[in-house]
Amino acid sequence: MKARVTVSLKPGVLDPQGRAIHHALEGLGFPQVADVRVGKVIELDVADGTTEDQVADMARKLLANTVIENFKVELA
Amino acid sequence: MKTAVVVFPGSNCDRDLAVALELVTGVKPAMLWHDDTDLPPGLELIALPGGFSHGDYLRSGAIAARSAIMREVIAAAGRGTPVLGICNGFQVLTEAGLLPGALMRNAGLDFVCRDVALEVVTTETPFTRGYQPGETVTIPVAHHDGNFQADADTLDRLEQQGQVAFRYAEEVNGSARNIAGILNAKGNVLGMMPHPERVVEQAHGNTDGRKLFEGLLNVLA
Repeated sequence: MKARVTVSLKPGVLDPQGRAIHHALEGLGFPQVADVRVGKVIELDVADGTTEDQVADMARKLLANTVIENFKVELA
Repeated sequence: MKTAVVVFPGSNCDRDLAVALELVTGVKPAMLWHDDTDLPPGLELIALPGGFSHGDYLRSGAIAARSAIMREVIAAAGRGTPVLGICNGFQVLTEAGLLPGALMRNAGLDFVCRDVALEVVTTETPFTRGYQPGETVTIPVAHHDGNFQADADTLDRLEQQGQVAFRYAEEVNGSARNIAGILNAKGNVLGMMPHPERVVEQAHGNTDGRKLFEGLLNVLA
């Protein structure tokens, strides 16, 4: 089975990459963009029966830095 | 004085750091590998070098911070052994939870590689007692992820408790309150983005980094 961990910067944490992408989008003629935040999606191939709690534990211990990042776990 | 340098896959300042430590202490440091499970007995300093451990994959320092040797480094720090992390070593210390905050992508997105002016904020530590309070020193930086960030309460606490060791005296990377190096609450763990090991001999252009290592020597000898 698959698990997907989405890691995103916490609100308020400065995101220089997001800001650069925002500027580039404006340069391409997309004035409707108000803000851009860059995160990561980590896809795991895990044993059947793996629980959301177990994947969240992986996220807390390694996949996300909870000082600056939030994460979301989805199982499929 | 017995010292050790921890080498991770992708470290690239480990030998410069070893040369600086030998120059000042007169003794070659032990070189430890990331998956070693024991520290040599009686270490008086553990140093984590700069570089790109594990290719900076996931986050700079994230994977190195979970390596086997770091469990021992964390335990030694808890016993009061001085631990110094430079550049990637600083990133490893924050990822390992030995220091607060995080080192994010430089605000200008540029890799910054040049000499910078630093203010020595506190001299009440074994690492900085060789300097004068408020002294300005010149030490090079070379990093992409040196933008120190923490929440406002953490930043206030660091400043109030004398845990800011070095501040940039110029704009470098967007770091909150221009912080270039911080200490843990006990004062035995220092993380800094600038590279003192690169300025320890006249041939390096200046020797402002040497006092950091000499200060340790005077305390521990």
